[in-house]
Amino acid sequence: MYACAHAPGRPEALEILAEFSPLVEQTGKGTAIADLRGMEALLGAPSQMAETLWRSLRAVDPEARLALAANPDTAFYAALGFPGVTVVPPGREAEMLAPLPLTLLIGDPETLDTLRQWGLRSFRDLAALPEHELVARLGQSAADWWRRARGEQARPLRLAPAGLPIRETLELEDPVELLEPLLFLLARQLNSVCAKLAARGLATHEIRLTLNGRTRFYRPPVAIRNPRTFLKLMQLDLERRPPGEPVHSLALEALPADPRVAQSGLFTPPRPEPEKLEITVARIAALVGRENVGVPEILDTHRPDAFRLLPPAWDGGPALQPAHPPQRRLALRRFRPPKPCDWPRLLREAERMAGPWRTCGDWWTPDAWDRDEYDVALPGGAAYRVFRDNRTGLWFWEGQYD
Amino acid sequence: MAALTALEVLPTRLEGVDRLMGGGFPRGGLTEICGPASSGRTSLALAALATATAEGECCAYVDTDGVFDPQSAAEAGVKLERLLWVRCAGSLENALRCADLVVQAGGFGAVVFDLGRVPPETARRIPAAHWFRLRRAVEGTRTALLIVAQQPNAKAAASRILEMRRGGLEWSGGLLQGARRQATLRKPVRPETVCLEWRAVG
Repeated sequence: MYACAHAPGRPEALEILAEFSPLVEQTGKGTAIADLRGMEALLGAPSQMAETLWRSLRAVDPEARLALAANPDTAFYAALGFPGVTVVPPGREAEMLAPLPLTLLIGDPETLDTLRQWGLRSFRDLAALPEHELVARLGQSAADWWRRARGEQARPLRLAPAGLPIRETLELEDPVELLEPLLFLLARQLNSVCAKLAARGLATHEIRLTLNGRTRFYRPPVAIRNPRTFLKLMQLDLERRPPGEPVHSLALEALPADPRVAQSGLFTPPRPEPEKLEITVARIAALVGRENVGVPEILDTHRPDAFRLLPPAWDGGPALQPAHPPQRRLALRRFRPPKPCDWPRLLREAERMAGPWRTCGDWWTPDAWDRDEYDVALPGGAAYRVFRDNRTGLWFWEGQYD
Repeated sequence: MAALTALEVLPTRLEGVDRLMGGGFPRGGLTEICGPASSGRTSLALAALATATAEGECCAYVDTDGVFDPQSAAEAGVKLERLLWVRCAGSLENALRCADLVVQAGGFGAVVFDLGRVPPETARRIPAAHWFRLRRAVEGTRTALLIVAQQPNAKAAASRILEMRRGGLEWSGGLLQGARRQATLRKPVRPETVCLEWRAVG
């Protein structure tokens, strides 16, 4: 059986049918057809299928229409033509569609006018004529109309792409001022969105939360569909950046993606679970700031201490690599920002020093650097790096060798 | 001499240290690397991170005072793309909470908690319960938790305490060529002291 849901102007029709079947066609705005063949064991007889679908559809739009038939076009015209729920029994398509007006079938006004002059008003009138005679007078399209009017047109569905966003919106009569009730509402919305994703066998790599028209983005490193993970991310974000005003409308939009498929190998080193890591990073960012947590990347420049922090994305890393002996390099512990240095005193106290090593760059920008570096040993064996900023003439401790 | 029990370890690939530690830093345990400034604590911690990240493990560096130098780490062989760096801007309270969060998240091969610039009298005030909590979080996991500090703080909660000492600097041709450091295992106590040499230039 095919089911057609018709809720003019409501995009939810497609989403509702998609909860029941992965094979869904977006026939028009607010109109969708689902292929329910082979789902009798799950949904029952056609009348039970219709009842189940109708319950979901009516919750969205009480004026919506639903029709079930043996082929997509019969279900489509029955949904457009009859109010409420219509179940077209197999073999009785022509009989059921007979009273519908031809305006549902043919969009061209000139052709409709011609048919009206011939005295043809309904599906019944068209279906009663011989097919060859119609084609001879109206062209090849007439054969298509004739089969549809008789409920005999069989065609494959033009399946809606799986990547259509899933939306949940909520308008509140009484604005919400506190975080706790807002999270309660968000939890309901997230559960609904994630249930729809699960019904389609999908996950999401981006959820957009719109509060009073302002959108926030949540992008986990891998596609997930765990509502608790998203709720925690939203909670941490809302605690850090509150909406600033009572919330009177909220909307969630999830961009579907294929779920992560990860098979841990015997020789694959363990990694933090992406969902748990995302929440951990969000918690840490709430403590120390987003700019202070991440994966360091050295910038392609000779400027000292040039790096940036990127969000961790460790899903599915490279295979195990042979371990090389580590380089026995003396590590530097940097002072950030560099500490002012009393150079004359250091000259008196230093046990030994080496330098200067001059570096400069970006002289064509206001952010240029020009400095002389020295390695200094103090009595007792402690070693430091100091430098003179040649643009200001000031001396600084850059770091300590450890 | 008490024999070190056979544990799963994170080797440093530094022969003397691995021999002293019974193969490397114990996984599922807490190791304190203690010593004064310039005693080689950070270089040793980076050696452990280099080994772990080279084997594809993800690691974390909880940096209380923001002293971690990515350039030094990369030169020591640390794969930076597998390292989570948390900078706590001098807040010991935040650093303790971040270390707790990282360890609780699980899945890290090694976590370095750097208290190297925290004054010993401040570090001593960290409640013992916090160290036991960290130890409890890594127990039964493959995470090697390394604490870099000036003095031992975790004490009873620590599986190993490694004391580092300065051993002199090497100069040649007007260049700082390297540094010698000494490491002694204080828990469990072993009389042996190993010498380590670190190079300052490539």
